[in-house]
Amino acid sequence: MAIFLTENSKVIVQGMTGSEGMKHTKRMLASGTKIVGGVNPRKAGTTVDVDGVEVPVFGTVAEAMDKTGADVSVVFVPPAFTKAAALEAVDAGIALCVIITEGVPVHDTAEVWAYNQAKGAKTRIIGPNCPGLITPGASNAGIIPATITKAGKIGLVSKSGTLTYQMMYELRDFGFSTAVGIGGDPVIGTTHIDCLQAFQDDPDTAAIVMIGEIGGDAEERAAAYIKEHITKPVVGYVAGFTAPEGKTMGHAGAIVSGSAGTAQAKQEALEAVGVKVGKTPSATAQLMREIMQGL
Amino acid sequence: MREFTPPVFGSRFVIWERTGLPCDEVDGIRASEAVAVPESSFDEGWTRVDLFEYQARDIFAKHGVPVLGGEVAETPEQAEAAAEKLGGRVVVKAQVKVGGRGKAGGVKLAEGPADAKEKAAAILGMDIKGHTVHKVMLAQTAEIEAEYYVSFLLDRSNRTFLAMASVEGGMEIEEIAVTKPEALAKVPVDAAAYHEGLSQEKADEIVKAANFPHHVADQVAAALVQLWQVFVQEDATLVEVNPLVKTSAGKIVALDGKVSLDENASFRHEDHEALEDKASADPLEAKAKAKHLNYVKLDGEVGIIGNGAGLVMSTLDVVAYAGEKHGGVKPANFLDIGGGASAEVMANGLDIILNDPAVKSVFVNVFGGITACDAVANGIVEAFHLLGAEAGKKPLVVRLDGNNAELGRQILVDAKLPGVEQVDTMDGAADRAAELANAR
Repeated sequence: MAIFLTENSKVIVQGMTGSEGMKHTKRMLASGTKIVGGVNPRKAGTTVDVDGVEVPVFGTVAEAMDKTGADVSVVFVPPAFTKAAALEAVDAGIALCVIITEGVPVHDTAEVWAYNQAKGAKTRIIGPNCPGLITPGASNAGIIPATITKAGKIGLVSKSGTLTYQMMYELRDFGFSTAVGIGGDPVIGTTHIDCLQAFQDDPDTAAIVMIGEIGGDAEERAAAYIKEHITKPVVGYVAGFTAPEGKTMGHAGAIVSGSAGTAQAKQEALEAVGVKVGKTPSATAQLMREIMQGL
Repeated sequence: MREFTPPVFGSRFVIWERTGLPCDEVDGIRASEAVAVPESSFDEGWTRVDLFEYQARDIFAKHGVPVLGGEVAETPEQAEAAAEKLGGRVVVKAQVKVGGRGKAGGVKLAEGPADAKEKAAAILGMDIKGHTVHKVMLAQTAEIEAEYYVSFLLDRSNRTFLAMASVEGGMEIEEIAVTKPEALAKVPVDAAAYHEGLSQEKADEIVKAANFPHHVADQVAAALVQLWQVFVQEDATLVEVNPLVKTSAGKIVALDGKVSLDENASFRHEDHEALEDKASADPLEAKAKAKHLNYVKLDGEVGIIGNGAGLVMSTLDVVAYAGEKHGGVKPANFLDIGGGASAEVMANGLDIILNDPAVKSVFVNVFGGITACDAVANGIVEAFHLLGAEAGKKPLVVRLDGNNAELGRQILVDAKLPGVEQVDTMDGAADRAAELANAR
């Protein structure tokens, strides 16, 4: 078991024939993901040789789902076309749409989110501007390296890609049920809370690591959720204590513009509900190690 | 000087009386901060372009939001010509992206072109809270009967758009949000249908929610429709009018405004690049931007290079903690070289950081995820070749972990680069970099 993504997930790649799409399709295939097709209207009906595997290309997401039973789409199309790709996936009613693309206008993301809600929220959207998610040993939808760690009982949810990798590496001897990179943009599909809830319900997840960073109030909201609904142990890490006010630090959402949204406020909110928060990634991993050893 | 009964609140009306211009303190107060209160925060921070007041005025005018005549000037002579063009009494306003310019003397009334020249000469070059005034805006004046507040912004927490409005404009909206939250109406605007424009019903709903007086309701609703057009068509993340005023002639006018644009949308707005404030940018930041590096100058001594925004932010924190034990040294910058970390990117990054005179040591912190550490190590070696003697003048602490870390470490050992040492853990390497910075 895992959350959102299992060994039975059938994955299509929107933008597979582009350079990034192809590079990561190869990686996903190599890590055991069931890639059942790509989507490109201009190359519909052809197949692409991906390291010896013939992957069919479909004209639309709906056609790909119809022909292959695909239930997951990973989106690698450029920012200018991401909205259209995501709307198409939502229209087709695919269960999970993982948007890797960085630099998507926030109006577009908000529109896609609203459209999906209006359509009955049949599609779980992860991202944009995220590394995707991995259920080690089973499936990998996105760009998280599959070789860092193995299957295990820790669930991980993070705004940051490299901190996801770092944490998976620190705790590689324990392994992970699923690691989800939700992305750092101001508007994202799946939130910390969605993942916490799923990990709580997942019998194969024993404990949860939650990585946040300055900006927004997602961590504060997650803290309130943990208090009410999460019984599994949670450790947290928040990046950005030394970020200066008003400066954007790369991640779209990572900025401080006022007192709320600071790393300090997030840490306090988490600690107030009993979440142990590490001072550094290594210290956070150590907190989780102690929990796992005590289970 | 005009018909006006000051409302009960606050000191800013002292400024009003003196300058004829309301709401100086409101400058720089963002709607996002205004509602950054526990119930829901709208931190609207990402790669964005915040506009000057005169740019906001121009963009409002372009989309039909009613504004007064205004001109921008960079010299006293230009100010004189602008005042001539505008005619009559004008107000000369420092263009800085920070609040409190009125109190700092950055807003003055002028009784004609010669006076405007003099006032502009006094304001240009002023330092307002660390912001040098490079431009002034000259604006026509109006007799004001009432001040309101309206804005549209991204409501990050609820993943939608939001209208905010209040009939208690002019004062700090942050203050209204805290002290009189019932006076600030918040009305969600559905993002799904947003291209269709703000409907008359929605505009009326906002007007009604904020209790605008009946005699201005239609005009305010019309201004809201035009303002929404600014928000949508310019890919803004905030459009704020404070104050929106009713003049003695009964007209609704946007007197001061703020606009933040989403830089991610610049591919569909060719004209937005010209709105960026290149004059005020830090020279190192400008150089980094020209090389497509994600760099932010900070005020410490330890130069930082890393891959991935989250990891680099975390690196800044870890260095600051380590610095507490080493004379209080701090990170000198944020620099994310992203996933690739090619030799050229590494060389460009090192070039920027080594040219920062404040930097005393450098910490290269890379976790090899998709990037292999041997490629990063080769990048560092090549960067040293590209930079020549410049590299090696400041100590460089490298931490490589993850994919092919052993290979990468060996490459650096074999290369024997001057001043380069390796530490295997992030915390340990941060400690060493801080120690080296403190020793110099």
